Amino acid sequence: MSSNLVAAGDHPVYDYKVVRQFAIMTIVWGIVGMGVGVLIAAQLYWPQLNDIFQPYTHFGRLRPLHTNAVIFAFGGCALFGTSYYVVQRTCQAKLFGGWLVPFTFWGWQLVIVLAAITLPLGYTTSKEYAELEWPIDILIAVVWVSYAIVFFGTIVKRKTAHIYVANWFYGGFILTVAVLHIVNSAAIPVSWMKSYSAYAGAADAMVQWWYGHNAVGFFLTAGFLGMMYYFVPKQADRPVYSYQLSIVHFWALISIYIWAGAHHLHYSALPDWAQSLGMVMSLILLAPSWGGMINGIMTLSGAWHKLRTDPTLRFLVVSLSFYGMSTFEGPMMSIKTVNALSHNTDWTIGHVHSGALGWVAMISIGAVYHLLPILFGRKEMYSVRLINVHFWLATIGTVLYIASMWVNGIMQGLMWRAFNDDGTLTYSFVEAVQASYPGYLVRFIGGAFFFSGMLLMAYNAYRTAQAPSEEKTQTGAEPQAV
Amino acid sequence: MDKGTLGAISTVLVAIAFAGVCWWAFSPKRKKRFDDAANLPFADEPDSDTKQETEKNTPSTDDVARRN
Repeated sequence: MSSNLVAAGDHPVYDYKVVRQFAIMTIVWGIVGMGVGVLIAAQLYWPQLNDIFQPYTHFGRLRPLHTNAVIFAFGGCALFGTSYYVVQRTCQAKLFGGWLVPFTFWGWQLVIVLAAITLPLGYTTSKEYAELEWPIDILIAVVWVSYAIVFFGTIVKRKTAHIYVANWFYGGFILTVAVLHIVNSAAIPVSWMKSYSAYAGAADAMVQWWYGHNAVGFFLTAGFLGMMYYFVPKQADRPVYSYQLSIVHFWALISIYIWAGAHHLHYSALPDWAQSLGMVMSLILLAPSWGGMINGIMTLSGAWHKLRTDPTLRFLVVSLSFYGMSTFEGPMMSIKTVNALSHNTDWTIGHVHSGALGWVAMISIGAVYHLLPILFGRKEMYSVRLINVHFWLATIGTVLYIASMWVNGIMQGLMWRAFNDDGTLTYSFVEAVQASYPGYLVRFIGGAFFFSGMLLMAYNAYRTAQAPSEEKTQTGAEPQAV
Repeated sequence: MDKGTLGAISTVLVAIAFAGVCWWAFSPKRKKRFDDAANLPFADEPDSDTKQETEKNTPSTDDVARRN
């Protein structure tokens, strides 16, 4: 174990303990969340797996556990850990907040454990990605405000004149998620584990999907773009392609994303103009998304050869490719006529996973592989070859997953809308389920590939932490997994 | 004011704001400052300085390979 506080040259001592804790829990919750994901994927192919321990292992109860675990536990720990690391390194200041720093770690872990207990027990607000009941919501709000104090407090005491762009993205993500969570979770409690939303009808739906889409836009995008703007330049060892573009990228992305949520409610009771506004904003969103992707990928111009030898860099760059792909697919699916085909089909699940596995998970994995040797004072990871194996497992798994869901989704959409000449439906619903069966098997295999890569990562991380520390770096700078 | 007028006004305002951000970011006056800012991730390393910037302008594969 290296010391918890690492000095970097003549710069202040950094607090790496909390970063190390979050980095390790990123791997642990990644395995838990993706493991549950593989289980529920298997349940769709072998329905008897629902009966392991009814009613707690029913698909309907495990599915929110999966989404909460991968988004808020795996993704959340990755965001906490990397933001604490990046804000210290680019502000050249130790984390602000004293006891608030460990409080954010333990508080967030408590939220996750409470979610893992209450969701299988069936406690839910029924709001997607905001299922947790009101006492847990209050705990989340408290932890999140503490997070904001630590993060912005560190920025205030920075030694550098400029606030690096990664911190702008992290800061935008922290502020917006606080607002989203507090507004959408407003509810009237009727007992300790039961509450009713403060909103009603179409307004409730709009608030929920304003929250839901911006959970994607800010939690799963802006935060991870902050990660991208630090770890891609760092791993490639060259500054970002265009810093000026990154400024336009930030302001354009955050001001447009917030309007796009209505595309989740096409052809619903939501007023038509709101649906159209959501669609148009989603289409415009392609521009800043691709601006950011190009900025990240072009950072490698002149250093493409590094991709041959550095699987960590490969994780980071391929995540940007998947980001570009899913931010093209998203605006396309938000077009009302396309949505009429894709809505409620497996295409949506495929789209989510091309973003979640391809973008969010792969950039987090790349960032953690960059961090672990630094945090444990090693020159590089225990096995760079295993990182490479992990990379291919993750890439092949993601491709299998999204390709099978494209096929399933488009097929389901076409079967549901097929009419006979006399106006009756050509297919019953269960016929579309039967036709989806092979795709469910391929999806399960793809998910299992991705999951097994995470197990390799855990082994690699364990061996890295256990390795004799003769290569301990005093500066905490530059040991890279090359 | 009806919805159409409101929409038109907000579109114009957003377009002006966007042009403003672009002008502010890409104005040559601030180029140097942003180039320095781009090197912030490397600024807290002992051997940092301006090597990153010069390297970017002369992307010689040899240079890069040597440092690896």
